Amino acid sequence: MHNFTPLSGLIGGALIGLASALLMLSAGRLAGVSGILGGLLTASSDRAWRIAFIAGLIVAALVGPLFGAPGAARLSSSNLALYAVAGLLVGFGSRMGNGCTSGHGVCGFARFSMRSITATLVFMGVAVVTVLIVRHGFGG
Amino acid sequence: MALILASFCSGLIFGLGLLISGMNEPEKVLGFLDFFGAWDATLAFVMAGAVAVAAAGFALARRRVAPLFAARFGWPSRNDIDAPLLTGSALFGVGWGLAGICPGPALVNLASLTAPIIVFVAAMVLGMFGFELWQRRSVASAGAQSVAVATPSDG
Repeated sequence: MHNFTPLSGLIGGALIGLASALLMLSAGRLAGVSGILGGLLTASSDRAWRIAFIAGLIVAALVGPLFGAPGAARLSSSNLALYAVAGLLVGFGSRMGNGCTSGHGVCGFARFSMRSITATLVFMGVAVVTVLIVRHGFGG
Repeated sequence: MALILASFCSGLIFGLGLLISGMNEPEKVLGFLDFFGAWDATLAFVMAGAVAVAAAGFALARRRVAPLFAARFGWPSRNDIDAPLLTGSALFGVGWGLAGICPGPALVNLASLTAPIIVFVAAMVLGMFGFELWQRRSVASAGAQSVAVATPSDG
């Protein structure tokens, strides 16, 4: 295995769980990033908390390095078309399926929701097959 | 104001969690999804840590009548498994597998303001907007009885 980092994974994961618990206990909202962002695009009146949560995500990458955490990832700019296609699929798909890795994955498993667990197994399975095809060709 | 501050802090802690776990790095995510290559199991540990803490927090929330700074809890109400759930999740899976980026890490990485992440986030927002338009059109053509399908998000 390359770059396997279970400890920082557990610690970072615990923080993600803590943030999800905090949002529910304080705002009564589920920490699903696609739902929070998508809700900004519909004509809803509860925009302020959504914008605040998204601002928090972005500010994290700016203040993280001050406390020894890594900053934002540097993506390769060699394949912008790939990012465009992937972004479209992630946006459309997460709204159609009513959630992504945070809402269905983390929060759905934490709520023991069969609907969310099913969604997570589907998108994870499809993502594994996608990587298999892209990296190893159809033959594996 | 307390609601806004709590939401901001939740986003901040969530983002720090993504950064510390390395899940904002597409290579790390793709390393997990690459079962048949040099597999990196880190994402499973991130999920385990996140689900355990979130489940404890949710159990605490379930004991309360209302959240601290809002009128009521917005727990998702649906538990059915329908075609849009499966189709949407599959489309999302293709995009996630192609780039190794999902919505949370995309917004965290937007702080770098580099071309690839701007392209990704712009396309993601466009995709979300496209779904809203597509849904409105299909609801309009199916008639008013389908409006009930537009339910609160699971996440």
